[in-house]
Amino acid sequence: MGFDQYHEPASELPDEIRTFARLCASLTEEAEAIGWYEQRISVEPDREARAIMRDAQGEEFKHFSMDLEFLLRRTPLWREIAEGILFQEGDIVEHGEEAEEEATEEEAARGAPLAGSESLGIGSLRGSAP
Amino acid sequence: MSHLLREHAPITEAGWKLLDSEAEERLKPALAARRLVDFAGPHGWEHSATKLGRTDELESAGEEVGARQRRVLPLVELRAPFTVPRSELEDADRGAEDVDLGGLDQAARRIAGAENSAVFHGLSGAGIAGISEASPHDPITLGEDCERYPTHVAKAVDSLRAVGIDAPYGLALGPEAHTRVLETSEHGGYPMLEHLRKILGGPIVWAPAVQGGAVVSMRGGDFLFESGQDLSIGYESHDAETVQLYLEESFNFLAATPEAAVALSP
Repeated sequence: MGFDQYHEPASELPDEIRTFARLCASLTEEAEAIGWYEQRISVEPDREARAIMRDAQGEEFKHFSMDLEFLLRRTPLWREIAEGILFQEGDIVEHGEEAEEEATEEEAARGAPLAGSESLGIGSLRGSAP
Repeated sequence: MSHLLREHAPITEAGWKLLDSEAEERLKPALAARRLVDFAGPHGWEHSATKLGRTDELESAGEEVGARQRRVLPLVELRAPFTVPRSELEDADRGAEDVDLGGLDQAARRIAGAENSAVFHGLSGAGIAGISEASPHDPITLGEDCERYPTHVAKAVDSLRAVGIDAPYGLALGPEAHTRVLETSEHGGYPMLEHLRKILGGPIVWAPAVQGGAVVSMRGGDFLFESGQDLSIGYESHDAETVQLYLEESFNFLAATPEAAVALSP
């Protein structure tokens, strides 16, 4: 049994981080399987075999999407950035840059300093206790 | 390394943690404007101006070629210097709990007051119009009779409703007026603070360096504080006895809907 999904000693990792890492590994495997099926289907001359592999690839689409949704639910900043990119018309790179900037700014406004910043991270105080 | 040059200071990691946490603790209660207005950013130290979406017409740039120049509002930089004795930082590293950071505390009060003042009273040299001076409503005089405050605040709320500015509303009060409110119970012992909260539907905020106060719409989109670099501690210099540091920020303030606030004069 491999434990390659852990980059740090598993015994030192909190439970939720181990679960997160397992799902990240699962997401990677589903994406790889989608790619493999795509290659196999493109070279398979037998129509019936191709239909079976398309059906199997559909399963991988489902698994990939479920893994992704799980990870996004557990990672608000990732979800916020993904919302600005996924299922949007237009330039993907542009959406990516905008989504990242907006999401990190919003997070900074909630008190998290910008990446690399040395500020006190005070941001907005609306709604905070007097 | 950022322009704050923190790495050059003779301060340990634990020392920086202590200074940052003391500054945050002192600043948060005093930053009144941030409790009431919209906050955008921080956009970083390099962010220099806020776009206004407006232009100035220029003389023709050529035959049958029109020219306009974009208008922007440049950000303001505030810096409050302070000194920390090196012996105090050394004691903090030894685990002392009663470290004297009086210089930092005073600088925090000064810069928070300057931020509040810029937002509520403006900063004319920087082109920032404050909430109180931008408001087209007649200011309401608070006076010293605190029992009259609910009447004044209700009148301000009525003025806002009359021009279509909806609840919730927040109330910023300068230190004197705020203390009066805290000390006062109305007939029957009902705290003045609670009565005012019910009228406003929003918070009552202690606002150091604000003269009088203001009733401000909190529905969003009316007042914008745009932060470049949020409040940070930077390093200036040091000698054998002391370290010279400063609190610094860059920001802008825009009253997009000036009629969404009523000024309360002292």
